[in-house]
Amino acid sequence: MDASAAKMIGAGLAAIGMIGAGIGVGNIWSSLIATVGRNPAAKANVELYGWIGFAVTEAIALFALVVALMLLFT
Amino acid sequence: MANPIEQFKIKPLIDIRVEGVDISFTNSALMMGIVVGGVTALLLLGMRERAVIPGRWQSLAEIFYEFVANMIRDNVGPEGRRYFPFIFTLFMFVLFGNMLGMIPMAFTFTSHIAVTFAMALVVFTGVTIIGFARHGLHFLHMFFPHGAPLATAPILVPIELISYLSRPFSLAVRLFANMTVGHIILKVIAGFVVMLGVAGVVPLAFLAGVTILEFGIAVLQAYVFTILSCIYLNDAINMH
Repeated sequence: MDASAAKMIGAGLAAIGMIGAGIGVGNIWSSLIATVGRNPAAKANVELYGWIGFAVTEAIALFALVVALMLLFT
Repeated sequence: MANPIEQFKIKPLIDIRVEGVDISFTNSALMMGIVVGGVTALLLLGMRERAVIPGRWQSLAEIFYEFVANMIRDNVGPEGRRYFPFIFTLFMFVLFGNMLGMIPMAFTFTSHIAVTFAMALVVFTGVTIIGFARHGLHFLHMFFPHGAPLATAPILVPIELISYLSRPFSLAVRLFANMTVGHIILKVIAGFVVMLGVAGVVPLAFLAGVTILEFGIAVLQAYVFTILSCIYLNDAINMH
């Protein structure tokens, strides 16, 4: 197989890692919405943790994306 | 379409070489200088009046101050006040670096892992030194949770050690990856706008949305970087 083709396939495979982060971010927001729905008074308290959790989980997707971009552009 | 990672290229503006070591003044250094100068000017000139009822500039400076002060008080407690200058500097540097990087054609220095990793390493080394200075060898208890049976030590200690040592990497890569990927996405979508001609208004509208999101990410990542530094500092000061 051509090396550049293998690079492309590798980048595609690396992007699969984003599935998990997608599930994780969805989980965070669904729990947050459920929490605020049950107890609207808690919104101010939990919103902050929601954003932090989002940023921390999203970073996992970006690790996968960085691997994919490194394969494509180096 | 132009190469989307071309925007992260470091170009030397003034060539300086000391005994073969390249210490040129680059566009990255220029942006850092602008950020440091801008933040200093904002705070010094904003607080020049020292009015009881603050004007606009003074309000802005006070908002930044109170935001970081509250963050430290909530996450570290009263003992964290001593480290306020460092955390505040970190927050302002990352925030303004991210925000000024959003200006078209500007250089984003936080999109370089050399910059973010240097900051993360300073945080990590400082926190470790603070922990050992305050607790002595007792700080090593952090790697073995209270109440766990001694037999689990061979598994727990390496796990805790690895998770502790991976902190600077995750801290650095999170900021670097967010900024890099955000700017690449903007550039790729901007390429679609040019390619599609008149139909380019569709990706243009999307681009406007993504730009707003990127501004949010710029603030959020500066916030996350600082709050994680605060949490690490809290671990070192008040061991759990």
